Amino acid sequence: MTVSYENSKTIFEGIKAAGIRSVSALPETWLGLLLGRIEEDPDMTLVQVAKEEEAIGIAAGAYFAGTPHVLLMQNHGFFGAVNGLVSLAMLYHIPLCMLIAYRGHWGEPYPWHTRGGIVTEGVLRALGIPFEHARDPMKVAKQIREAWTFSQSSLSPVALLLTRDLMED
Amino acid sequence: MERAGCIEMIYPELEDRIVVTIMGACAQELYNLGDRDNFFYLQHAMGLASSIGLGLAMHLPAERVIVLDGDGSVLMNLGTFVTLARYRPRNLIHVVFDNGSLLSTGGFESQTAAGVTDLAAIARGAGIEHVATASTTIEFGEAFLAALECEDLSVIVAKVAAVGPEHYGMDLHLPENAFRFKRWIKTRKRA
Repeated sequence: MTVSYENSKTIFEGIKAAGIRSVSALPETWLGLLLGRIEEDPDMTLVQVAKEEEAIGIAAGAYFAGTPHVLLMQNHGFFGAVNGLVSLAMLYHIPLCMLIAYRGHWGEPYPWHTRGGIVTEGVLRALGIPFEHARDPMKVAKQIREAWTFSQSSLSPVALLLTRDLMED
Repeated sequence: MERAGCIEMIYPELEDRIVVTIMGACAQELYNLGDRDNFFYLQHAMGLASSIGLGLAMHLPAERVIVLDGDGSVLMNLGTFVTLARYRPRNLIHVVFDNGSLLSTGGFESQTAAGVTDLAAIARGAGIEHVATASTTIEFGEAFLAALECEDLSVIVAKVAAVGPEHYGMDLHLPENAFRFKRWIKTRKRA
């Protein structure tokens, strides 16, 4: 299994088409090709963090500044960012558009990802964060655009789960 | 020296700049000097004030961003120093008031209280070039003016007494704070 070159490109184009010009991220295998494109694009600002919770603060700063921003992280990084999500984003009604690599689910060969994958949707539900699965490269650009729009109208964090179907060839 | 005196000394410089402060005593002392639309009081999410500052500074290069942080908060997000150093926003001043205490939650000693951990050294080791320390109000004022003049990412670690205000309370709802802060920035961008 390798990370999908074509679908990484499609996601990148979807992010740009949604008007996003700023991205915070912690590099992750599935996100590597996508982050490479973002880094090379002169129209995009990429902030690479040491831990995902920082990205919640950075995204809040970008929101206050009026710059459309998405967060890229793995689901395990999302777990590490929960207090920032709750006591910054939700508490202050700050919208966040998160694209989350959904590791550790159907087809996962690596044991170390499995616990995180199993609890991801439950944690999202417990936090009241609306989410959808991105599986189809034909639909992902629209899903990114809609996730972005919904985050802004609801002033809430929203999550698009990037699945194995989409991220691997 | 006391943090309230430090904030009072630099308050005139904060009137027209983007300010992010941490929770508790620090927020209250700034508020008591005079609440302003350009102040964001992060009343929870300890550690993220400097990350918010980084996001603001990177996306608003024409503005000056001031973060008022504390040892208890910054210890929860030491990684912020390496990210700040990497992106080095020239328009960000990160003040860390080090009182060696988790004052707002009962005054328990923080890890800096024993005198072993040096936050300024951590910031320098992370790769931040301009790091100052201050132990008197005059030193702090001078360090802050120097940071304003140097127009580069600056960290100031100010050793302060573990004392805070007698009363806590703000006539400001948290989402209201976020909404008006964003609106102030938007109005500035139009001007």
